This record gives sequence, structure tokens and C-alpha cells, in this order.
Amino acid sequence: MLFWQILIAGFAISSLYALGATGFTLIFGVTGVLNLSHGAIMVAAAVAAWAASESLGVGSYLGAVFGVLTGLLLSLTTYFLVVGRLQKSRKIREEEKEIFILTATLLWGIMIQEAIAYLYTNNAKTVAPIVEGVVSILGVRTPANELFTAFVCWLTIGALWLFVNRTRVGKAVVAASMNPRGVTLLGIELSVVYVVVWAIYGALAGIAGVLLGMFFGVSSYSAGPLTASAFSIVVLGGLGSVYGTLIAAYVVGYLETLTAYLVSPAYRTIPALLLLVVVMYVRPRGLLGRR
Amino acid sequence: MLRRIVLSPPVWISLIVVVAASTLPLYVSGYILGLLTIAYYFGVFSMAWDLLFGFANEVNFGPTFLIGLGAYTAGILDNLYQPPIFVCVAAGAFAAVTGGVVLALPALRMRGPYFGLMTLVAVLMLQNFVVVAAELTGGEIGLTVPDVISIDDKVNYWIALGFMTFSGAVLYGLSRSPVGLILQASGQDAVQAGALGFNLTKHKLAAFVVSAFFSGLAGALMVFYLGAASVGTFIDVTVGVQVIIGAVIGGRRTILGAAIGAVFLIAMGEALRPLGDLATFIVSGMALFVVLAFPGGLLGMVKGAREAT
Repeated sequence: MLFWQILIAGFAISSLYALGATGFTLIFGVTGVLNLSHGAIMVAAAVAAWAASESLGVGSYLGAVFGVLTGLLLSLTTYFLVVGRLQKSRKIREEEKEIFILTATLLWGIMIQEAIAYLYTNNAKTVAPIVEGVVSILGVRTPANELFTAFVCWLTIGALWLFVNRTRVGKAVVAASMNPRGVTLLGIELSVVYVVVWAIYGALAGIAGVLLGMFFGVSSYSAGPLTASAFSIVVLGGLGSVYGTLIAAYVVGYLETLTAYLVSPAYRTIPALLLLVVVMYVRPRGLLGRR
Repeated sequence: MLRRIVLSPPVWISLIVVVAASTLPLYVSGYILGLLTIAYYFGVFSMAWDLLFGFANEVNFGPTFLIGLGAYTAGILDNLYQPPIFVCVAAGAFAAVTGGVVLALPALRMRGPYFGLMTLVAVLMLQNFVVVAAELTGGEIGLTVPDVISIDDKVNYWIALGFMTFSGAVLYGLSRSPVGLILQASGQDAVQAGALGFNLTKHKLAAFVVSAFFSGLAGALMVFYLGAASVGTFIDVTVGVQVIIGAVIGGRRTILGAAIGAVFLIAMGEALRPLGDLATFIVSGMALFVVLAFPGGLLGMVKGAREAT
């Protein structure tokens, strides 16, 4: 009984982690940017969905769409206002850009977080779930929302896979992650590819954020921990490797669920952190990392 | 060499500022002195951070790991055995250096973002530990220490100012020394600097140890100024972010700029306090603007203006 319970609860949360971290790893793989405002964008999407469905009363479907659009918009803003400017800046030397982008996205994330706190307070907000009710699987009473979350996560990841492997634009994105100069030589505008990637990232982060808001509820305080967990999942799996990220998301998700069920919810995050430290010491490039 | 450093404009200007600042207790209120005392400790945090970020080009997201180790070691020791305060402070600095070495030895094998993540994880682990080991550390409520350095605002202020001056002098001297140059070279082109025969890991480790020493010392001293330690004031990631913002606003790779930035940041935060949540928003926005428009920070702007004329 407990076994199935952990298996099902862990699956839903792991899928959510996978979706959240996929966007993060995609941005790194293609543009080489670690976006430390990731958590803040997810929270903003969730809060936007909450605000739209609660105060505007547009219902949970339209609210979710509104949330995803917010994620998309914020992601593009991040690119045009912060990251893109630093990438093109002539005042900063090439080899120093990485740490400037890290610092700048960190600051940008704090700005988003504080803006949310100012407009909608620090209280936790739970987005009204799209699917309600309880389903019984193998004798485990599971909220339908959990299944819905896992389903949407995999649907989105599947759609991303199709996009990357089966469309022309998607192939350009993969090519840009392998060899940016080669892509330019083929006559594809690299900056357009970057905008496309940031847009995809925004949609992924938006969906993940809204689902998270339905699953756990979010507050502006969640932004930092969310970035940290996406960061650790991605590093655990190997920076830039999407498959590694998916595996790592399940490892972390189940580790947390096991700890929460068997030991105590208070220690939830500790084993995953320890595992991360061990992996970093033994195999710094992560599970499936290339370098 | 030494003569040139001592007579260079940044040094004598700082000396004038310090002398002027040391006369402040004669004519400003205790409230402002208290604020500046905290600001000076933050100045040391930011300067210690700049040594790694500005010179070795390593983003340390965990300045509060070192600060927290120093602060909590000193606080717990005082709580349990009440030795003289300087013993507690020394123990705090020692703990920070030890923790720094344990963290840096494996972490320095990694580059860029991996190093940053390791330091971030260290902060989260320390935070978890403090909350879990509540009997020893006071957990989320915080730790109250029985002793304070002094109950007089002015004495506390002078101690903080003196400590910041001393730390600034050591860190600035170090950054202008051959060691600082090697660190800078390793930050700009690690392969080439290594090919020139410098042991980069050794130098970076040294920088980390010095950074840890001053962070831990400042953390421990701040505990005995505040009379209490809590996760929110010493360890939380937001505290680390403040340290980082201070160094970035003031000017990267300047050491002295970091102190200016931190003092400016604390003063701004206090001045904007009536705005509530918006205060942090504005301060982060300003820092972001500085990063985007003037990557060199406040001191970089001054330097740029001087070079342009």
C-alpha cells in the first residue's frame, strides 16, 4: 500500500520536476545561459494564473492560459532586457560574460519576486485545479489533479521532442547547440534561434509554474528554492543533457518522496542535496554530461 | 613598490574617509551609528567576496556559508562555555577557514557554474543543519548569546570601523600583490596562466581561505554586536545576495568599491524602508542597472571618467 502510494505520488512530482528542469537545461544547452530567474518566472506564471482565475473570475482554463502567457512574456523580457544585452555588450570581456549573466539574472529574479510580493503579498497561493476529484488506482486514492499534472508534463515534453526532431526550426535549435558558427554559415540567423529558444523556455516554465501552483501552491518565497532545485537537477543529470535531466528529475523526485513518507517531511530536501554533493565530488559532469 | 601602493589615490582618499568616519560618533545619533556598524560588517563581507569574484573570477554564491559558520561557532561556544569573547571570535574565524577549505578543495576542481552551485548547496545544507540541530543552534528562532562586546554605540562603531579598515587594508594589499595578479590572470585565461607555471588551484585556495577568514571573523564579531544569531541575519541566501549586490554595485575587482557598495546598500535599504517590499525591488533594480550599464560599478565609473579625461 505504502509502496504504491510512494510510487504514484513520486511519479507526479518527478514529472513536474522534469518539465521545470527541461526548459532550464534547454536554455543552457543552446545559449549557454544559466538563468537564475527561473524560479521567479515559474512563480510569476502561477501567481498570474491564480490572479486571473480568482480575481478576474475567468475560470481555471483561461487562468492557466494566462499564466503560461505570463511565463512566455517574462522569459522574452528576460532575454531582451537582461541576457541579450549582456551577450552583445562590448564593455564586458567574453570570458567574464558568464558570471555577469549569472549575477544579472539573479538580480532580475529578485526583482520579479519582490514585484509579486508587493502586488500580491507573500502568502501562499493555490491555483484552482483544472481537474478535480479523486481516482482510485491500485487501492490508492489519488487526486485526479496529480494524474493530470503528470499527463500534461509528459505531453509537453513529448511535444518538445517532436518540435526539436521533426521541424525545421527545431533542427536549427539543435544545430545551434552543437555549433553556433556552423548554423550562421548555413544562413540561419542565430539571434532568431535564440529568441525561439527563449520563447519555448518561457512556455515550458509557464506550464510548469501553473501546474506547480495547482499541485503545491506557491508564494514569492518559493522562487529561490525552485531555482536551486532546477539547478541541482540539471547539474545532477549533466548540464545541457535533456535525457540526463529527465533521469535526474525522477531520482530527486523519488528521493524526496521517500524521505517525506518514510522519515519526515521536514528532512525532505536533505538526501537530494547530499546525493548532489556526492555526484559532484565523484563525477563533476553529472550523470550524462558530455564534458 | 610598497611606497607606490601607499601613495596611490585610492589609499589616501580611503584614509581621509576613514579618519572622517571615525569622528562621526561626536555628532550623529546612536541610530545612525548602529546602522553604520552593521553596514561596516557587511562591507567586510562584500570585500572578502570580491577577492574571489573580482580577481579569481569564481562566483561564490555561498558567502553566507562562511559568515554563518563563523557567527554560529562563536555564538554556540559562548553559549555553552562563556570563554572570553576574543576566544569565541577566533574560534569562529577558525571554523570558517576550516569549512572554507573543506568546501573549496573539491569545489575548486570545478569551473564556473558548478563551483557556484556547490557553494549554494553548502549554504542550503548549513541552513538545514541549523534548523534541524535546534537544541544547539536555537533553530529557526535564533540563538541568543550571553555576552556582547560593548553596550556603548560608539565603542561598537569604532570597533566595526577599525575592523573594516584593517580588513580592507589587508585585502586591498593582497589584491595589488603578485598573488592578486596571478589570481586575476587565472580568472581571465586559466589555461595560459597555468601554462606560465603558476599553481592556480593553490592560489585560488589561498584566496578562498583569506576570504573565509575575514567573512568568519566579521560574522563572529557581528554576533557579539547584535547579541543574537539567526538564520535570517547570517545564513539565508538573501543575505548572501545582499553581499553580492554590494560588491557588484561598488565595483568589481576594486575591493574598496565593495565596501562602498555595501555601505550604500544598507543605507539605501534603510532609507527606502517605508516602501516595504518595494525597497528590495528598487535596490535590485538599481544593481541590475549598474550591471547592465556600468559593468565596472561605481568605482569603475569614476575610474572610467578619469581615464577619459
